[in-house]
Amino acid sequence: MGFSIGTTGIRSGGPRGTLEQYADKVEGRSFNLRVLWHLLVFIRPYAPRMIAALLAMLTASALTLLVPFLVKVAIDGPIADADISALNEIVLVMLLALIGLYLASSTQRFLLSWVGQKVLADLRGALFRHLQILPLAYHDNHIVGVTISRVISDVGVINQLLSQGLITLTGDSLMLAGIIIVMLSLDAQLALVTFSIIPLIILATVVFARRAKRAFRKSRARNAHLIGDLAENLSGIRVIQAFANEESTASKFDEVNQANRDAHIEAISLSFVFIPTVEFLSIVATAIVLLFGGISVASGTLTLGTVIAFLAYVNRFFLPVQELSQLYATMQTAMAGGERVINLLQTEPDVSDKPDAQDMPAVSGRVEFRDVEFGYREGLPVLHRINLDIAPGTTVALVGPTGAGKTSIANLIARFYDVSGGSLRIDGIDVRDVAQRSLRGQMALVSQDPVIFSGTIADNIRFGRPSSSSEDVRAAAEMANVDDFADELPDGLDTEILEDGANLSLGQRQLIAIARAVLADPRILIMDEATSSVDMLTESLIQDALGKLVAGRTAFVIAHRLSTIVNADVICVINDGDLCEMGRHAELLARDGLYAALYRQQFVEAVA
Amino acid sequence: MQKASGRTASVRQSTSDSQSPRSSLWRSFLFLKKYRNIAFSVYLLALVVNVLSILIPQTIRWIIDAGIIRQDMSILLWSLAGLIGLTVLKGAFDFVLGRWTEVASQGVAYDVRNAIYDKLSSLSFSYHDQAQTGQLLARSISDVERIRFLTGRAILRLFQTSSLMLFTFFALLLMNPLLATLSMLLMPLLAYVAWRFGRLFRPLSLDLQHQLAEMTTVLEQNLRGAKIVKAFAQEDAEIGRFERQNQKWFDLARQQVIVQTQHIPLLDFIASLSTVVIIWLGGRLVIENQLTIGELVAFTTYLGQLISPVRRLGMIIPALAMASASGERIYTILDAQSEVNDAPDAIQLPAIEGNVRFENVSFSYFNQRSVLDKLNFEASAGEVVALLGETGSGKSTVINLIPRFYDVSGGRIRVDGYDIRDVTLNSLRDQIGIVLQETVLFAATIRENIAFGLETVTDAEVIEAAKAAQAHDFIMAMPQGYDTDVGERGVTLSGGQKQRIAIARALLKDPRILLLDDATSSVDTETEHLIQVALERLMRGRTSFIIAQRLSTVRMADKVLVLQDGRVGAAGTHAELLRKSGLYAEIYDRNLRN
Repeated sequence: MGFSIGTTGIRSGGPRGTLEQYADKVEGRSFNLRVLWHLLVFIRPYAPRMIAALLAMLTASALTLLVPFLVKVAIDGPIADADISALNEIVLVMLLALIGLYLASSTQRFLLSWVGQKVLADLRGALFRHLQILPLAYHDNHIVGVTISRVISDVGVINQLLSQGLITLTGDSLMLAGIIIVMLSLDAQLALVTFSIIPLIILATVVFARRAKRAFRKSRARNAHLIGDLAENLSGIRVIQAFANEESTASKFDEVNQANRDAHIEAISLSFVFIPTVEFLSIVATAIVLLFGGISVASGTLTLGTVIAFLAYVNRFFLPVQELSQLYATMQTAMAGGERVINLLQTEPDVSDKPDAQDMPAVSGRVEFRDVEFGYREGLPVLHRINLDIAPGTTVALVGPTGAGKTSIANLIARFYDVSGGSLRIDGIDVRDVAQRSLRGQMALVSQDPVIFSGTIADNIRFGRPSSSSEDVRAAAEMANVDDFADELPDGLDTEILEDGANLSLGQRQLIAIARAVLADPRILIMDEATSSVDMLTESLIQDALGKLVAGRTAFVIAHRLSTIVNADVICVINDGDLCEMGRHAELLARDGLYAALYRQQFVEAVA
Repeated sequence: MQKASGRTASVRQSTSDSQSPRSSLWRSFLFLKKYRNIAFSVYLLALVVNVLSILIPQTIRWIIDAGIIRQDMSILLWSLAGLIGLTVLKGAFDFVLGRWTEVASQGVAYDVRNAIYDKLSSLSFSYHDQAQTGQLLARSISDVERIRFLTGRAILRLFQTSSLMLFTFFALLLMNPLLATLSMLLMPLLAYVAWRFGRLFRPLSLDLQHQLAEMTTVLEQNLRGAKIVKAFAQEDAEIGRFERQNQKWFDLARQQVIVQTQHIPLLDFIASLSTVVIIWLGGRLVIENQLTIGELVAFTTYLGQLISPVRRLGMIIPALAMASASGERIYTILDAQSEVNDAPDAIQLPAIEGNVRFENVSFSYFNQRSVLDKLNFEASAGEVVALLGETGSGKSTVINLIPRFYDVSGGRIRVDGYDIRDVTLNSLRDQIGIVLQETVLFAATIRENIAFGLETVTDAEVIEAAKAAQAHDFIMAMPQGYDTDVGERGVTLSGGQKQRIAIARALLKDPRILLLDDATSSVDTETEHLIQVALERLMRGRTSFIIAQRLSTVRMADKVLVLQDGRVGAAGTHAELLRKSGLYAEIYDRNLRN
């Protein structure tokens, strides 16, 4: 044990925690036509519903405005004239208007929200499908947590764009225009005097919105800090106890907890200033109506009913103005989210099937590298003119120091990346000429840290061949020694695996990954041997299972274990992107070159 | 299975999950005790604000009846001034009211979080083995938020709205009893519909959140396994998996839309009905001279200002039920008893030599599977003991029992002759150093991570420890050296680097007893060598227990303990065991020799 030549780079763990810092809103323009245009594409299938919704909205706004007008008519007409039957008629009209309003706003609400949610689901589906098409290069270069926040939170923010943006904008503008028109036509002079309060409302809202944004951002950050600190301490609780450090971590937590409390109090206090301010302005507007309206009533130029209708309209006036002034801030975040989502949807895959790509015929397993050159970034070549011809059924051990290019070679075979020069041929066919899935359908991959999906052990083994029978799964499990531990579990192969494979050891997860490859029965196998130590019994089970897996297949193994290397048919020693030595263990040792040096240095040190 | 000697028979944490909702709500209110002066003032203020709210429509009535209709300009001006004055006063009180409510309820949230935190850090490993971090986190964050809402705005609104309803009713009665009764009849209906809405809507929102979390899990697994998905050409199956969850989400969202559609327009409709009632009946009363126009306007204003509080009131009630459930979950944590506690008469463990003795030690996790069965052995001060054995043979348990992460179920462990249950946990753990395979670093600087748990440490000491742990060089290669932030917001260290930091941490602590796992995860051979050197330095002169994965470790040990089924299967030095133990020879052949 413990023999390894080089190692692949360790994937940095758990970027979930860094989500917050990336997700923090980068503000963009509040109106971005490109983003809106692309979102409209998602709304288009529901155009009839949207049009119906807008009509319902129009009806609802008109009916909302009708009610105070009817009150005015009632006061100035039947009530002033003491005409009870006329009053009854007006009340009946009012009732009908309210029923109409109820129907119209139900229709509008249902249709708009339905379309909104449907578009969210469609967008998430489209994003997920697109992520499946994007090449590995995308996934290698993007933190998982950030991509998740695109699909989950940014799309959620788009809901704000749709519901608050489109709906508020249209609904409120309609309402506002309606109120202004009605007030002007009732009494232009009184209306104009009353409108003098509008600039003050806008000013108050804008000032508040700006401060609130800052305050709430601070309180969100404090909250994220609190969650982060708590999550960290909970997952490190054993260490904290082991070092008897409970008190000092508790006092640190107390600070974070306090900061969170204070930031929340400060942020929410702003609205305790804002709400009374708006209430005050609304009373000032009421006072204006009462004062000037009162004088006009006294001089006989205005009816009392009009003053009362004005009071009602002023009351309704405040909500849309406030909402519209806050819209700007909402739209900014929503647009930024929308922009990120659209950008992701429009990321072009740089590895894609040719238009005339055929399906790869059944492969026998010959792999040729012809003058293959490759680099992840331009100007930084990783592989230089690699030439290699591997016969079907050969086990190839890739050996070399970290960063030599072993993983790149493995990645090219499955066409996770495209070569930048030369060609890679399987059974004589350039891999770029065939459909990716038909190529990969004949390969299997066993990665260094085994990927486990939620579901049962059997589901995980079946991953590459979802239609396999339980007998086949069972056979694969036995071949990969999974049954050794699975049979001791209460539900055997049907045992549910906990989140992150928490109820399995690392070695057990490796065995499942091997069983998965066994069941897929690939012609070509790519394997990144694990460097992590597992307990000794499991280790021997893994070695045994791997031996059975590679038999009869072309296998490329990024090797870390002496036994794997010694048993390989061919060892390829990679250094600085060059294939510098090739041969069997004994031959290479005899050559006394790089391999012999690596072998002596590492094997001798590890055991001595 | 062993019957424990009276101390810790059960490993299951005792929890009181038989709490009634009422007592859970009541306990939540008890947290307000600390803020009782503020809380009391808030409720008093709420009454004052309500009185002001009642006065404002009366002023408007006065303006219309006395000012406009009777055309008295001075009354008009004076009462307008009064109206604005009342509003300013109400605004000021509203501010104080809101802020104090927030101060008290945020204070409660802060206290509850601290209490949860203190409890969790005192609970022993057996609690944390069973608890899921995500759940504990959810309780400390969202459940506490619900308690905050409950002790703050929720109950205040309940109080404020019901008293406002009462005040309004009286004010209306004074103007016209018949109209008052008829128009107020709509309020219970409004509250009922709002309550129904809240009751249907809130669980759906929770379901939606859960479903979004499900989708996130599918997505996360897909992204983390992108290479595997591609390698096995399973994109379509994955799309199907995601679409199923997405569809479930949409179905829930649609239900939510339906619930909203059924209730919100209806609430508006009921609220507007009051206007119809007032105009219809009130209009007749005005015609019959039993009501003035000003009173008519006052009626609509009164009902208008009641509508949104009553709607909110209805929706708060379902939230109370949820807060009570949150409370229960929180109290389950707060009431949990730690398995491992200081004995009432525990003494400080004096500075030790490092003799460790297991006397008939038995142990079983959760009273189920017996892991150790009357284990006996002794390690003298300064000895290196290598633990060897198959998975489940009890190696980690031996290591976990020495610092009392768990208590033995039978027998005893003595350190320098003291039964470890007779001394305080802090004084015991202060003299033990631990380096595990999975090294946990905290989001802090490298320096703080090395000095973790130690009060007074100089920079020179930190650097010295890092040098001995072979960590100094890579630390200095970082842009900010020892001040480099690691963890969540900083640099990500490799497994080998983390391990060396952990070794430095243990070196700095300078413990008499050392517990180690020599498995090195994902490190290249050179790093492995560095770690080996560091570990050897660390063990020098200390009683060390090491879970051995390597031949070199076993050779170096003064004593090798081969565990088998919870007992010592064989013991001795490497050379002795190789000669006389078949078990050891077998393990050696299969695994160590390579």
